[in-house]
Amino acid sequence: MTEHVKQRRVPARVTYLGWMSSDRPARAVYVALILLVALGWVLFEVDGGRFLGLENIVGIQQRSAALGIVAVGQTVAILAGSLDLSVAYLISLSSLVAAEIMAGGDAGVLPAVAAVLAVSAAVGLVNGLVITGLKVHPFIATLGVALIIRGALDWRYDGPAGSVPASFQHLGYDRIGPLPVSALLWAAVAVAAWFLLSRTRLGHRIYAVGGDAEVARLSGVRTGRVVIIAHVLCSVCAGIAGLLLASRLGAGAPTVGTDGGYDLESIAAVVLGGTALAGGRGGVAGTVGGVLLLAVLDSVFNQLEINSFAKDVVRGVVLVAALAIYARGRRTK
Amino acid sequence: MRRTLPIFIVLAVLLVAIAAVNPYFLEPPAFLAFVKRAAPLVILAAGQYFVIVSGEFDLSVGSLVTAEVVIAARLIDGSAEATWPVLGLMLVLGLLAGLVNGVVTTLLRVPSFITTLGMLLILSGAVFLWTGGAPRGALSAQFRELGRGSLGPVPWSVLILVVAGAVAIWVMRSDFGHTLVAAGDNDRAAALSGVRVARVRTVAFMISGLAAAVAAILLGGFAGVSAQVGVGLEFQAITAVVLGGVALGGGRGSVVAAMAGAFTLEALFTLLNLYGISGALEPAVQGVIIIAAVALGAVSLPRRRAAAS
Repeated sequence: MTEHVKQRRVPARVTYLGWMSSDRPARAVYVALILLVALGWVLFEVDGGRFLGLENIVGIQQRSAALGIVAVGQTVAILAGSLDLSVAYLISLSSLVAAEIMAGGDAGVLPAVAAVLAVSAAVGLVNGLVITGLKVHPFIATLGVALIIRGALDWRYDGPAGSVPASFQHLGYDRIGPLPVSALLWAAVAVAAWFLLSRTRLGHRIYAVGGDAEVARLSGVRTGRVVIIAHVLCSVCAGIAGLLLASRLGAGAPTVGTDGGYDLESIAAVVLGGTALAGGRGGVAGTVGGVLLLAVLDSVFNQLEINSFAKDVVRGVVLVAALAIYARGRRTK
Repeated sequence: MRRTLPIFIVLAVLLVAIAAVNPYFLEPPAFLAFVKRAAPLVILAAGQYFVIVSGEFDLSVGSLVTAEVVIAARLIDGSAEATWPVLGLMLVLGLLAGLVNGVVTTLLRVPSFITTLGMLLILSGAVFLWTGGAPRGALSAQFRELGRGSLGPVPWSVLILVVAGAVAIWVMRSDFGHTLVAAGDNDRAAALSGVRVARVRTVAFMISGLAAAVAAILLGGFAGVSAQVGVGLEFQAITAVVLGGVALGGGRGSVVAAMAGAFTLEALFTLLNLYGISGALEPAVQGVIIIAAVALGAVSLPRRRAAAS
């Protein structure tokens, strides 16, 4: 749908920045990713490490899988013109639900996965209903739901709880050849979201609602329903990330989501991938690039043994600089 | 007025509810202590109001407060002579952080959500990089007097709050205030009628940075030096502003109502404490009330699209 609109638009002049960012913002993030990988490779050679070695590549994939899954969900919410600040607490909640139901036994795995998916879908439904039904701004609605989940967590738990059977830990640690199972799970979620967004009617409606809700409504789209579905999908992704983290930790933990900063970090990864925060423009491919970019940056920092506080500074600069470049690209058209 | 009235009713109900449990609450000493506790959040909310009404967000204020307190402690290191220069430096730093936020948002056209998120990361990272992970040094007694002490029966922080509130109201009644609201309501229309939207918004960010610096001075005195002092304050300030009926996306709401929203939030915390719902369930109750308050305020109004564009 958006493709058609773009094909008719003739660029007045093609600039380098325009080529990088205007038409397909995802392209810019992959160019940056390739440059960063090259830089990382050089730095590792100088430093005596192996950047493209199996160990490091597996490490990058494993570190980025959980954030990647959350960010794919966040992409769907942002494309629909919304955003979700409740994912961090929902991840903690999911890890606890999973570990408590499994209770160390293999028999509990399937019920636990089902329960996590049901709980997270319910949270997404609440988010969506509050935003569309009560007409609360998504920022406040999801912040409020985040506080509610946090209250429930503080009330019931003061430390790690439950335990995950060894069979379920395969999800977090095993790998098939060079590919960790967790990265495959991330890839599956990303491909599913890509298919949904670019090949189905619902996906087109998500873009339409995010682009202009009023126009979408006048064209006969039930905008409320679309926003609710986007939030359910976003929350289910957070639930899957919670399962993954539970399998890594071997237990559920009430702080696993907030310690990772998954709420703001996932939004950062999405916009780094060229998706517009206002909705309606962007896609999953850019988000995957954004998450990989953050993970490669992390790996380079680790190799250089840079202080973790400096990482935050560089991340902040990268984020703002990337968005400034996208904004320039759009203006040159 | 129609939009500002509900928050005052809610605030009055909460104050009466607190007074019902604790009859001494409405007597001057206890009430002044409440205002003193609320002062930093109220000032932050007033600063955040300027940014929100101009159509933007400022997520960096919490980390700015932390950064200011940690920097002040390191520079003062207990010495009395350093107090006043450092206080001046804190205000300048606040203005500077706001200036950077404003320039990046308006000239580089980065959505303010991302600009200030980046500022949050940069500030918190840089400060702890500089101090090596844990805050060092100490604030002088003179510095802490501003947050803790009082002039006669009236705490200094209450006086500072009154001055800040008066300035905020005066600014919103001036030409600048009107152009700010116009820029938030419809920036194209404002620009076409001669408002320098970029400059007005940048000044709004600088006011928010200044408010964060003042809040940091009060909080540093009141609560002392810690790396946690500003955690979550940005969300509390935004919540307070929205509770006051100010529309996210800009163009609507009053600064008095935003400050009343901050008082309401603080009164809510006090009430929850009195009823023994401290710690664990407090966030949950807070979340429900915030959603409910905003939902009730929003029902009669047309929905606005998300601010970040």
